[in-house]
Amino acid sequence: MEKSLLIAGFGGQGIMLIGKMLGFAASKAGMNATFYPSYGAEQRGGTANCTVIIGDDEIGSPVSRRLDTLIAMNEPSFVRFVDRMKKGGVVIVNSSLVQSKVEDKDVKAFYIPANDLAQELGSVQVANIIVLGAYIAATGILDAEFAKQVIAEQLGRKPEMLELNMQAFDKGMAAVK
Amino acid sequence: MSKEFIKGNEAIAEAAVRAGCRFFAGYPITPQNDIPEYLSKRLFEVGGNFIQGESEVASVNMVFGVAATGIRSMTSSSGPGLALKAEGISNLAGARVPSVVVNVARGGPAIGTILTAQQDYLSATKAPAPGGFKCFVLAPATVQEAADLVYEAFDIADKYRTPVYVLADGMTGNMMEVVELPPMRELSELPSKDDWRVNKLEQDGNFRSISSYSPTAEGLQEMNEASEAMYQQWDKEEQRWEAFMMDDAEYVVTGYGSSGRIAKSAVKELRAQGIKAGLIRPITLVPFPKDAFDQIDYGRIKEIFVAEMSIPAQYADDVRWATKSKLEIISVLTSGGVILETEAIVDAVKERV
Repeated sequence: MEKSLLIAGFGGQGIMLIGKMLGFAASKAGMNATFYPSYGAEQRGGTANCTVIIGDDEIGSPVSRRLDTLIAMNEPSFVRFVDRMKKGGVVIVNSSLVQSKVEDKDVKAFYIPANDLAQELGSVQVANIIVLGAYIAATGILDAEFAKQVIAEQLGRKPEMLELNMQAFDKGMAAVK
Repeated sequence: MSKEFIKGNEAIAEAAVRAGCRFFAGYPITPQNDIPEYLSKRLFEVGGNFIQGESEVASVNMVFGVAATGIRSMTSSSGPGLALKAEGISNLAGARVPSVVVNVARGGPAIGTILTAQQDYLSATKAPAPGGFKCFVLAPATVQEAADLVYEAFDIADKYRTPVYVLADGMTGNMMEVVELPPMRELSELPSKDDWRVNKLEQDGNFRSISSYSPTAEGLQEMNEASEAMYQQWDKEEQRWEAFMMDDAEYVVTGYGSSGRIAKSAVKELRAQGIKAGLIRPITLVPFPKDAFDQIDYGRIKEIFVAEMSIPAQYADDVRWATKSKLEIISVLTSGGVILETEAIVDAVKERV
């Protein structure tokens, strides 16, 4: 098994953070993982993206033209990457900010209003953790317990923020039906 | 052993510390900045020293000075910085000072781009600087291999009294991967350097010197002949490469470093499509693993696909030499920060099937 995921959105939406967190979670689950950030002349308000590959075996290229999963946190990212999906691929769409729909019948789409759900919890900043939960629920790529351990390690400095992030993760998982 | 999910540059830095590196001097340049950043804190935790020099020239010469006392020392940079360190590296080689030089390569020519590329192959392997010498050159393809090779680089440097040049690239430096880091070496276990280090007096009480300079022509020729004997020993004993699916291969793909790992993905994909592809991935660039190419069945294989993130192609020249021009070379190239895609290699091979 080897699955490619591209996470894309505005700079500041916590794209890189959830990409890295998935790598940490995969490592805890005993799998291999690569995280490759698009770095360089990225601007605030521009698009940021990273590729995460998770697999049982040695991972070759850390980037992939064809994607198993796409997390599109904003409209420009959706438009730019949605045509790269493999047959049977999964797109997690932040429908709070993306109006477009997935037209390819061979691709499964989950429309998660991540910003709105985050606002309900009291902070739009946890929208990324909501889609992280949605991604785990939609793909079943690894046990949610490993992701929660990573949340506790990475985001656990302030108890109230940890609680909020855990709620966000659960809410994201529950949003996938 | 526990595994960690860690960034390439940090794995390189931590592996150096665990290998016994206790001195680093460097000057900032992307995409290698995490190496000095990490070491600026970490080296002091283990009783080492870190200096951000006023320039590349100063930094590499500080490494010369400290390494000449027998302390395991390293510098790192990227293409434009390596150009400025060139004369210092020449000195390290000429004076036979064991040291480790890391290049996290970026796109060129000149300042080029901060993005990943492989445009320093020729400068790393043929002529890092004027004067005619070689560094031992290692080319990691993954973060694990970067950690392992940097760790080993210090042993190779000590064994031969040579600078070891680790040619990584921005992809390996900036990606994160699951890695098992090597164990911490005790400094007391490291090989003694009492027979040459400058901070020990000769038995007659005289000071020692260590230099790439000789006052006589014959003396310099002797030094160069000794280096040449070392290069020949590397050729005989130190060639290293990964061969994958070569036994029945009809199409050979080759690449080093990040292109090597991408090429391996391409070979797996081609095999999944029923095409008999194989991979040769050099791990040492100096010595060049020409034995790997001697083992090719030239009756069965007619062409070789060279994957490289460099335009013009550089590594391809050595492939042509190692295959004695018996194969048609088909280059699959990107440059300037454009990442080579698995699919581009797969497509190039399929066009010929």
